[in-house]
Amino acid sequence: MQFLSYLINGISLGSVYALIALGYTMVYGIAKMLNFAHGDVIMIGSYVVFFAFGSFGLNPVLSIVLSMVVCTILGVAIERVAYRPLREAPSLAVLITAIGMSYLLQQVAQLMWTSNAKSFPSVVANSSIFKPVSLFDGQLTISAETIVTILACVVIMVLLLYFINCTSAGHAMQAVSEDRGAAQLMGVNVNATISLTFAIGSALAAVAGALLCSSYPSLQPTTGAMPGIKAFVAAVFGGIGSIPGAFLGGILLGVIENLSKAYISTQLSDAIVFLVLIVVLLVKPTGLLGKKVNVKV
Amino acid sequence: MFRLKNLRKSTKSNLITFGIVIGFYLVIQLLSALGMLSSSLSGQLVPICAYVILAISLNLTVGILGELSLGHAGFMSVGAFSGTIVWTTLYGQVPNWLGLLLAFVVGGAVAGLFGFIVGVPVLRLSGDYLAIVTLAFGEIVKNVMNACYLGYDSKGIHFSFKDAASMGMEADGTTIINGAIGITGIKKGSTFILGIILVILTLVVILNLINSRAGRAIKSIRDNEIAARSVGINITKYKLMAFITSAVFAGIAGVLYSLNYSSLVAKKFDYNTSILILVFVVLGGIGNIRGSVIAAALLTVLPEMLRSLNDYRMLIYAIVLILVMIFSQSPQVVAWRKRMVEMFRGRFSKRPQAKEVQ
Repeated sequence: MQFLSYLINGISLGSVYALIALGYTMVYGIAKMLNFAHGDVIMIGSYVVFFAFGSFGLNPVLSIVLSMVVCTILGVAIERVAYRPLREAPSLAVLITAIGMSYLLQQVAQLMWTSNAKSFPSVVANSSIFKPVSLFDGQLTISAETIVTILACVVIMVLLLYFINCTSAGHAMQAVSEDRGAAQLMGVNVNATISLTFAIGSALAAVAGALLCSSYPSLQPTTGAMPGIKAFVAAVFGGIGSIPGAFLGGILLGVIENLSKAYISTQLSDAIVFLVLIVVLLVKPTGLLGKKVNVKV
Repeated sequence: MFRLKNLRKSTKSNLITFGIVIGFYLVIQLLSALGMLSSSLSGQLVPICAYVILAISLNLTVGILGELSLGHAGFMSVGAFSGTIVWTTLYGQVPNWLGLLLAFVVGGAVAGLFGFIVGVPVLRLSGDYLAIVTLAFGEIVKNVMNACYLGYDSKGIHFSFKDAASMGMEADGTTIINGAIGITGIKKGSTFILGIILVILTLVVILNLINSRAGRAIKSIRDNEIAARSVGINITKYKLMAFITSAVFAGIAGVLYSLNYSSLVAKKFDYNTSILILVFVVLGGIGNIRGSVIAAALLTVLPEMLRSLNDYRMLIYAIVLILVMIFSQSPQVVAWRKRMVEMFRGRFSKRPQAKEVQ
């Protein structure tokens, strides 16, 4: 029973990673860049929810929508200002710019809201729809946060797959990710498609931030950094550029992290997660569901 | 007769770099003799040397080999811990100079060994994947060292990942690494002159490597891996050579850094430290060793000088990092810059021409 509880909590944590990893993986697939600032967009989104819902008492759903809007604008703006000028530049330059952007967001947050941890109110705590579920005569309790997180992740995943595979904007994204030049020749607006990708990724980050902070209620400017890195690991783990891969990688990573926390060592759980990543990359350098791309001269 | 003119361009450039380091040392000595050295600056001297070594060694990986490493602090950490263990256990039993020498040799060797262990499998990956694996390595080192307990007693060495008690030591045992508290009570071993000697040693080794046949092979891998392979360059060998050299010096810098303080904690060598070193390399100019030296020294001192700006320091770093990248790497901005330069040149060179016509 204990094991089941750890497993479900792991899936819940993994769902958050999966949501964040989707943002990484979509941006990587389309713009061929690692958006290191993604984790910090989550943090900004969480602060928006914190102030809208926690301080001003806005409806939780409305606050999350507001946070999604803010993050979407932020994500698109970051792409426009910092990444677009470097689209043809070496990947090292883009990566360093992204790291700079990540620092910038953290520092701005620190200057605006100080580095003191804020206690985040759970967005589903007083919900009338979602209640904690008790199973096996109370031996296993699943919190409302866990249920909402897993449900949200599944719903978003299904919507996203539908969007990518069944709409023309989704097809444009696939085309750009396959061959940017050819897509442009076919009349796809590459800049708009990349902006759209950043918009979707950042909106998902806002949702992920609200869910993450509801389960782990401590919010500070560095809150996004570690989940961001781990979600990125999840994206690489599942095969970066692949949407089902991000989902699978996120869930697996969450489960591995929670189980190693429970059974091996709390302090070493992060090390184990990263070790698994290294091993996976060595055995299968493209990740679990990644496609192999041959470099042509 | 010995003439500066006849020297090769690279030799001349290297001499200028050495000159800067020695000049810096002399200026500091002069200031110190005149009593004009503030205590905050004199406390920064050894860290400056350590950061200079770190920046030079990271530049070898990032600038010369062209692979982004985000785990440089990890190598620094393993070097610092192993070197400090040697220094503390041998302290008082062997002459200080020998203890120091052994600490640096062991620190560098252990970091190099880790460079090998990480490098062999990882260098098969490239670009973004390599960056993320080195990042993972840095985090693993931080977490493992943070949870690591090590001590010795009459029965031998004890080791645990849980807590100090579970090492099962006798009452007479000595704890060396105490988990998150790290190593405490380190006797100060680093001095400024030692730091300068190590900086010069690093420069000699790395500059010679860069300007050698091996260095040209490494640069050719950076510029085009497939082309380099097609002319018969052993990619793995040269990549490893650069990566391990870089790790060894990171380890040495770690020892230098840790022996300057009385305690050593794993948390110090985190992702942010790796990024900080990367900032030095980027702002000094990727691939430019002299730039790394100057940037590392200046950016370590600047926060001390601009105490009032301390809150904004990282903010300024971040903005400068982004701007430097856009201004130096964006094709459009580079083209625009060239046009601007040409326009100015045109304006200044046209006038004399016009006069000649008249």
